[in-house]
Amino acid sequence: MSLYPEGDALLDQIGGRRRRGAIWRMLFLSATIIAILVLIALLYNVVNSAFGLTAVENKVDPAALAVDGVPLEALSKEQLTTILAAHISTGLGRRLEREQLFFETSTVFEDPALFNDLCASVEPPAACALPARSQEDIYQLVLERVVEPNVVQTWSLADSILHRAAVLTQAQQEFPDAEISFRSWLTLAFITTPQSSEPELAGVRTAILGSLWVIAITITFSFPVGVGAAIYLEEYAQENQLNHLIQTNINNLAGVPSIVYGMLGLAIFVRVLEGFTSGATLGLIDDSTTANGRTILSAGLTLGLLILPIIIINAQEAIRAVPSSLKQASLGLGATKWQTIWHHVLPNALPGILTGAILSVSRAIGETAPLVVVGASTFITVDPSGPFSKFTVLPIQIYQWTSRPQAEFRNIAAAAILVLLVLLLTLNATAVYLRNKYSTKMV
Amino acid sequence: MKNINDNSQYAIEGHNLNIYYGDFRAIKDVTIKFRAKQITALIGPSGCGKSTALRAFNRMNDLVPISRLEGQVLFRGNNIYDPNIDPVEVRRRIGIVFQKPNPFPKSIYDNVAWGARINGFKGSKSDMDGLVEQSLRQAALWNEVKDKLDQSGLSLSGGQQQRLCIARTIAVKPEIILMDEPASALDPIATLRIEELIQELKQKYTILIVTHNMQQAARASDYTAFFNMGEDRAGYLVEFGETDELFTNPKHELTEQYITGRFG
Repeated sequence: MSLYPEGDALLDQIGGRRRRGAIWRMLFLSATIIAILVLIALLYNVVNSAFGLTAVENKVDPAALAVDGVPLEALSKEQLTTILAAHISTGLGRRLEREQLFFETSTVFEDPALFNDLCASVEPPAACALPARSQEDIYQLVLERVVEPNVVQTWSLADSILHRAAVLTQAQQEFPDAEISFRSWLTLAFITTPQSSEPELAGVRTAILGSLWVIAITITFSFPVGVGAAIYLEEYAQENQLNHLIQTNINNLAGVPSIVYGMLGLAIFVRVLEGFTSGATLGLIDDSTTANGRTILSAGLTLGLLILPIIIINAQEAIRAVPSSLKQASLGLGATKWQTIWHHVLPNALPGILTGAILSVSRAIGETAPLVVVGASTFITVDPSGPFSKFTVLPIQIYQWTSRPQAEFRNIAAAAILVLLVLLLTLNATAVYLRNKYSTKMV
Repeated sequence: MKNINDNSQYAIEGHNLNIYYGDFRAIKDVTIKFRAKQITALIGPSGCGKSTALRAFNRMNDLVPISRLEGQVLFRGNNIYDPNIDPVEVRRRIGIVFQKPNPFPKSIYDNVAWGARINGFKGSKSDMDGLVEQSLRQAALWNEVKDKLDQSGLSLSGGQQQRLCIARTIAVKPEIILMDEPASALDPIATLRIEELIQELKQKYTILIVTHNMQQAARASDYTAFFNMGEDRAGYLVEFGETDELFTNPKHELTEQYITGRFG
């Protein structure tokens, strides 16, 4: 008498095992489907807002400003300045002129002598140190101050495509003067122009540059420090209570909420190390009005601290995964410990180390909360010029735009989200490409 | 290290070796002297500490943090466990080949050349080429790989990989080669080639080889040391002598039982 099922009983038994397997398979499949659906919903939501029909009303028709049939954007600096002077108040003109001159040698709104006095005074206006505005700058000013395009209504991409006729009729009834056009909020101009209080004119250049600067500092700080700490902990540190405690703490730090790192960054980098993070100690400060410790350097170091434990843990895993047979082979040939680490452990661990670094840097790019605490500027139109500049980053910009009441800010927030996603994917793809290229060379 | 005792007929000697892993004693009171330019086989049942004993002769056990050694290992008249002796130099002069072939994930050429480079090899590119060729020839691998030196060492078969590891060890010009069951992961034909190779290497090197395979010990070695595990699970040396003598006329009852396959 066999203790195992035989005949039909055996087939039933196998069938039962297979069915249980099939149920699990379905569960895993549905988990994957849910994840994909969520992702699609997210993308739909973003894309839906980033493109669509808009109704724009101009205060002054740009065609009416054309001179002798030359369109507005092709006019010379002088012609544009004349148009501007004709439409804005002298007070505003003076303010603009003190920000930046219209012409190198003459003034338009200011009295020349008075302006020279101003420049010689204790607190000269910014214009004294800057070159004159370009034709492009003045054209933007004319658009902003004279044409004053005003988006009166926007429609989502889905509405614009599916209910186009209804949208057009409604727009004609409600805004007879408005120009209705299909608008992509994500344009080249959007990427290359700085922040503005007018959603139609606002761009993300300062935020992109800010993000790139901050992430560069983050990587420069956390990658070498993290990998170094991982090498020490894995290869050199002895098994004792102290090192055990350190290891446990690193593991726990990886789970600390990012806002806490923001507080830490505020306390240490912005306040205690203000001299260093503002560049004052090093004598590198470039703008005396400025940020105190609320600089790109502080932000980059704060995010660096945030991802440091993750980089350490991942690098440790990767180093631990290097086969001990390889280390023994190396040491058995008379290599020193460092030669073994440098020639065998690190090259073999590098793909794993880089994977961890890529994941954590992706996280850092999207972080908002700690940077709010550290003091990212929410409105800044000047490109960051170095580690000691004031800054904003893409997530902060998005956060700030989504909290504005005007509907158009949600459109440009969606466009900025697309920019952030593309930036993230580009950085990741580059890193993954480099990693794969490097690791296939090893084997 | 200085050559204090050059005219000794022994290449390396262990005196009263006791090796511990934490509180556990793995090797008990082993005293053994290995003759220069001879092959000595270390045999014994699983877990009797023969690999541990072998690794004590080039300080590979140092890599296990909890291990500890009492006694002396004399090499050229120096105790290699003396605090003045650098273990890196010991391992450079006393090479080791492991049970599983473990070539570096580098080209065949670099597998052989790497050891020389990190040990400060001063020759030119052509000297290095010569060293690589000579080492691969000595390891009986040259004819099979001479046209693909830039391919990965991992692309070779198991037996070839093991010969590559031997070539790598030879390339740093050791005096003694320790072999920890070098053929146990290989098929019979590859095993035979390794055994033939070991016979060749004997002319230049002193070889200590741990093996599970009694026929291998009988075929390939000049001397045999039989280890066994005591009541306390500590390994000790039961009998040591010329291989022919030990296999045909064992002095110890345990040795006879082991070589006739009655235990182990």
